[in-house]
Amino acid sequence: MSKDLSYKAVMARKNEIMIKSVGIDYSEFEQGPLAFDYEEMMKKAGYPLEQVAAIQAETGVGNTPLLELRNITELARKISPAGYGARIFTKDEASNPSGSFKARRAALSVYQAQKLGYKGVICASSGNYGAAVASQAAMRNLNCIVVQEAFDSRGFGQPEIIEKGRACEAYGAEVVQLTVGPEIFYVALSLLEETGYFNASLYTPFGISGIETLGSEIAVQCRDRSGRDPDMVVVTHAGGGNVTGTARGLRKAGCACTEVVGASVDLSGLHMASDKDFNRKSFTTGHTGFGVPFATWPDRADVPRNAARPLRYLDRYVTVTQGEVFYVTEALAQMEGLERGPAGNTSLAAAIALAQELPSDHVIVVQETEYTGAGKHPMPQLTFARENGVIVRRGDPRDNKPGVEIVIPEHPTQIRAREFPLENLRRSYIKNALQTCGKASLDAREVEFLIEETSAPRAFVQQVLRDNGVTFPV
Amino acid sequence: MKAKTGDWVQIRSTVLEAGERAPQVPPDTQAVPLEMRLKGFAVTGASPGEEIVIKTLAGRVARGTLVDVNPGYPHGFGKPVPELLSVGPELRRILCGEEGSK
Repeated sequence: MSKDLSYKAVMARKNEIMIKSVGIDYSEFEQGPLAFDYEEMMKKAGYPLEQVAAIQAETGVGNTPLLELRNITELARKISPAGYGARIFTKDEASNPSGSFKARRAALSVYQAQKLGYKGVICASSGNYGAAVASQAAMRNLNCIVVQEAFDSRGFGQPEIIEKGRACEAYGAEVVQLTVGPEIFYVALSLLEETGYFNASLYTPFGISGIETLGSEIAVQCRDRSGRDPDMVVVTHAGGGNVTGTARGLRKAGCACTEVVGASVDLSGLHMASDKDFNRKSFTTGHTGFGVPFATWPDRADVPRNAARPLRYLDRYVTVTQGEVFYVTEALAQMEGLERGPAGNTSLAAAIALAQELPSDHVIVVQETEYTGAGKHPMPQLTFARENGVIVRRGDPRDNKPGVEIVIPEHPTQIRAREFPLENLRRSYIKNALQTCGKASLDAREVEFLIEETSAPRAFVQQVLRDNGVTFPV
Repeated sequence: MKAKTGDWVQIRSTVLEAGERAPQVPPDTQAVPLEMRLKGFAVTGASPGEEIVIKTLAGRVARGTLVDVNPGYPHGFGKPVPELLSVGPELRRILCGEEGSK
């Protein structure tokens, strides 16, 4: 009996393939067409913090240094009002085995795969997560397949993605490279079915619990170094896992007053599934092309219920431009002696602007760095941008046009963290939730769920429901 | 270059034809096929453009058109970016108070 391998047939078997390849029955946590018990899912299908740390220690993941960026702090103070300019620290996640915080997620996924007796793991990632899974799989002696969206239809690939493919192969993984398109998930599903391997999805409860140690380590190290909880933690935001896991870890470590700020590179106007736009962007992650859709509808992920739910945890969301991130990547190398990958410095760009809002005795933590190397570096990335017709020039990043112009600031005063109103994201989330469940009337528990999901005031949620013509008990 | 059994090679194949793409993809992507490239050790011999069978690093057997033998990595460090070369010295001047900061 041979299975129908067509796009439609494989996508129709999605849920069946997922249950077999993730080992979680999500229906256990469902509470009707809209709500589900998120905390119960995290508790039952994830791991407690101490166990996560122990699993990660087995493969040398975590316990990365917290570095104080003294010269960058001083620079921010030079352009701040008197008495302002918070101390800036960075969590040097590049020190993880595969060179990024993604090793924390992968450590848990691959541990789970080994524990459940799978022979191999599969993940769909064009970025650091692929390399992290490949590295962890090598340590646990499992086979690994990484599926990448790598090329446009001309066969041109961004240097950063080609580098990630090379890294995966260096760790012994098979790399399946595809042209642009969301059908990457169809290919991943087909491979899961063909091989019977474990789905090392980015969005499982154990994957997300893997990031909680990042938040708890920040709390402990920050107290040790500065005698206080971090006043602000800036997190590069894409699929939402980084925000969710870090914020949960901070809370578990008792940081009740720390403001969690998400930061993404502004790529507005570029279509993420467009063959032509694909190579006109210089960032492959940490951008609004993931950050906005995953915040407003987390369950678009490859698992039925995404464990990454950023709106529950974001206190603020800001955007920066590609030019600003390249500029601060240069600053980090030249002023702090730390050569790190650009995408990981998204939150650093935002932090330099945000530090100027805080008094100088406050502490702001940039929550990650990532490795750098051939392809993953301002030089090859900007060289590639130029080859693809993008203009690179000095100027005011206000004039930045994603896919058209990359404007490198002329002065640090031109680095700005642009506010992205959370209200807009919350409103879109509620709209998407209503559309998906198709209900015109909600019960009390469903309203509570929306309040928890958006961490919005009750009156706000009620108003959005009224605006959408939905009734609810008052 | 001809591939012989045991060579490390790259193949390509078409996963979805143009026009048969997922309904949500924009028109420019809809107009081109979804293509796959894969590397592995040649199980059969072939010349470029011919069909070949490979065994991948995960041990799977796959079939496709031979693209390259011992494929290299085209990425590197690119060229120095003039717009960035002056950033370090500029910031250092501000730090040392040699330039107006506000």
